[in-house]
Amino acid sequence: MLLLEAGKSAIQVIPMNWYITLCAVLFGLGVLGVMFRRNAIIILMSIEFMLNAVNLLLVAFSAQRSDPNAQVFVFFIMAVAAAEVAVGLAILMMVYRNTKTTDIDFLNKLKW
Amino acid sequence: MIKLAGLIPLLPLIGFAIIGLGGKKLSKTIVSSIGCGSVLLAFALALGIFFQLHGHAQDVRVMDWIVTGNMHVDLAFLIDPLSVQFLLIITGVGFLIHVYSTGYMKDDENYDRFFAYMNLFVFFMLLLVMGNNYVMMFVGWEGVGLCSYLLIGFWFKNTAYNNAARKAFIVNRIGDLGFLLGMILIYVTFGHLDFNHVFGRASEMSHDESAVLNTIGILLFIGACGKSAQIPLYTWLPDAMAGPTPVSALIHAATMVTAGIYMIARSGVIFAQAEIASEVVAIVGLLTALFAATIGLFQNDIKKVLAYSTVSQLGYMFLGLGVGAYTGAVFHVTTHAFFKACLFLCAGSVIHAMGGEQDIRRMDGLKKALPITHLTFLIATIAIAGIPPFSGFFSKDEILSHAYDHNKLYWMLGVIGSMLTAFYMFRLYFLTFGGKFRGTHDQEHHLHESPKSMTVPLMVLAALSLVGGFIGIPLMKNGHLLDKFLRPSLDGAYSKLLEPNIIHLQHELTLMGIAVAAAAAAIYFAYSIFVKSGFLPQETEAEMSKPQRVIYNKYYVDEFYDSIIRKPLDWSSDKLYRFFELRVVDSFVNGIGTAVKWSANSVRYLQAGNVGSYIFAMVIAVIAILLIKLF
Repeated sequence: MLLLEAGKSAIQVIPMNWYITLCAVLFGLGVLGVMFRRNAIIILMSIEFMLNAVNLLLVAFSAQRSDPNAQVFVFFIMAVAAAEVAVGLAILMMVYRNTKTTDIDFLNKLKW
Repeated sequence: MIKLAGLIPLLPLIGFAIIGLGGKKLSKTIVSSIGCGSVLLAFALALGIFFQLHGHAQDVRVMDWIVTGNMHVDLAFLIDPLSVQFLLIITGVGFLIHVYSTGYMKDDENYDRFFAYMNLFVFFMLLLVMGNNYVMMFVGWEGVGLCSYLLIGFWFKNTAYNNAARKAFIVNRIGDLGFLLGMILIYVTFGHLDFNHVFGRASEMSHDESAVLNTIGILLFIGACGKSAQIPLYTWLPDAMAGPTPVSALIHAATMVTAGIYMIARSGVIFAQAEIASEVVAIVGLLTALFAATIGLFQNDIKKVLAYSTVSQLGYMFLGLGVGAYTGAVFHVTTHAFFKACLFLCAGSVIHAMGGEQDIRRMDGLKKALPITHLTFLIATIAIAGIPPFSGFFSKDEILSHAYDHNKLYWMLGVIGSMLTAFYMFRLYFLTFGGKFRGTHDQEHHLHESPKSMTVPLMVLAALSLVGGFIGIPLMKNGHLLDKFLRPSLDGAYSKLLEPNIIHLQHELTLMGIAVAAAAAAIYFAYSIFVKSGFLPQETEAEMSKPQRVIYNKYYVDEFYDSIIRKPLDWSSDKLYRFFELRVVDSFVNGIGTAVKWSANSVRYLQAGNVGSYIFAMVIAVIAILLIKLF
């Protein structure tokens, strides 16, 4: 509890705007990664990037406001993200086995 | 026999179909025999009908043609003296011209195409004179226009010939508009286009209603002006000389240009009630007769002289129609068909002998080399000059005496016109056949009489020009066989017009005497200039006197039309093209294309199946939503 308090106050030392800016930058990097990279694995990583940016923001807000509710969301997001990556990677593995590539421009079968 | 009338136009049509479809696969013998044979059979049928007619008029219905609402047009033929008269001319003279063509066109590579067109021409002309309503007449009317285009431009590799063909076609279209409007007005007025109905109703019309009849008459006459080459639409006819000579003969003598005469003679009932229109017909005819005759004085192309003489003679026929000499006009059509066909075919024979030379200044002295052509040409020339007892005298005299009856001035101008005709025709004759040969040595060596296939039709036509006039001997009781024959058809026209005064015998003889003396004087004048003094028309325009130059250049009418009609049209079309077409229409059309391309280009990413672009769209959409929520 004490540790938590210490952590909380440490978080609170840094102004909120900095968190927001950092998270926005992180999120934006994630978006750019998703949009412009062609390797499916890196795209998955970029998605994690965005999720983590959101997680970070939630944590920052939660500490700032001394409201633990947001922490629950963070927990959920992590769990869902893990599950998603497990499924996503599994699909990707199968795709790779069949096509020997993870290039998403090559994998344009979504149009069917 | 009369029931078989439908076969008459059908035969040349079948001929056209066989020759046209068979094309080069048929030998020349087969083409000639089908081409000539179909017309000959038609002539035989027409002759049979002629002997069975006995002055009756009969409708031969083939089938319903146009039945819509109140309009009912039959595909039906009207067989009466007037149409039979024209049938005989068209098929008879047409047959001779076909036979002549087998010789004239012998070495042409498109022999089959030529005969196919000729048969089609005859078919449409027959349709024109046989139809029992204005619609069928119009179909034939347009058909001969088409065929004249095809035949005038027969040697289509020559641009000048093609232009002549186009000119004929377009000038005719202008006249056709008049005819079409006249037809519409007839339908609006009478509710019918059948001759029987229209003339029946027209003859019952009171004098107060003559305004509409005058309008109809003038509109129809505009159509006739186009086909029959009257002022102001005559310019196509001299240019039409570009076609092969038998074509000129066919167009000028037996078909096409007589269509206008036929149409007005057929509509005689309307014209008899439309005094203003009749007066217009007479005046335009008279002016054309004089105008074309003066141009004929200075032409140096053998066919052009004949072309202007046709325009001039057609003017006489319209003068006749205008002053009420319906029989006289048809009579003149008949005799004109004989001697003009003969003249043209002689000209063809001369051109043949001269190896394509058409300038009379380089001919002369052909008397010895071409004895038959010379003699037949001389007979036809005397006939057209109006010297008795050759055929032209009788028909021209009938028109002139009616003109005298109508208006003394018309008669006087008519006599002057006939003097001019006699002068330029004999000028042509003397320059072509008299004196010494003026061509090159090669040409002189080449001179030869044409083959039998060409000279026999010439002889037949010359004989007809010689005796053809006796079907209408004036002054004698029952001497005018043609008038008696045509009476049933033209009665409606005559009953309304004042019955032409039976001019006093002595009076009539004086008139004849004056006309013949005038023609003879003109011939003597031509003789003294071109034979005695050996005068030769100047080679270049620079040597001519000013009025001569104006006439030589046909009064610059073509140039006049060019500057007031063609040039402004060209100019405005060019401007419209540059501004409206290129800027407005093109940019609009191209704009639509560009817009579609652009939008397709932008939307196609939605369908590409490309993950990146889907995500991109998603991100853009999210940002857009956020922005909307924000503001």
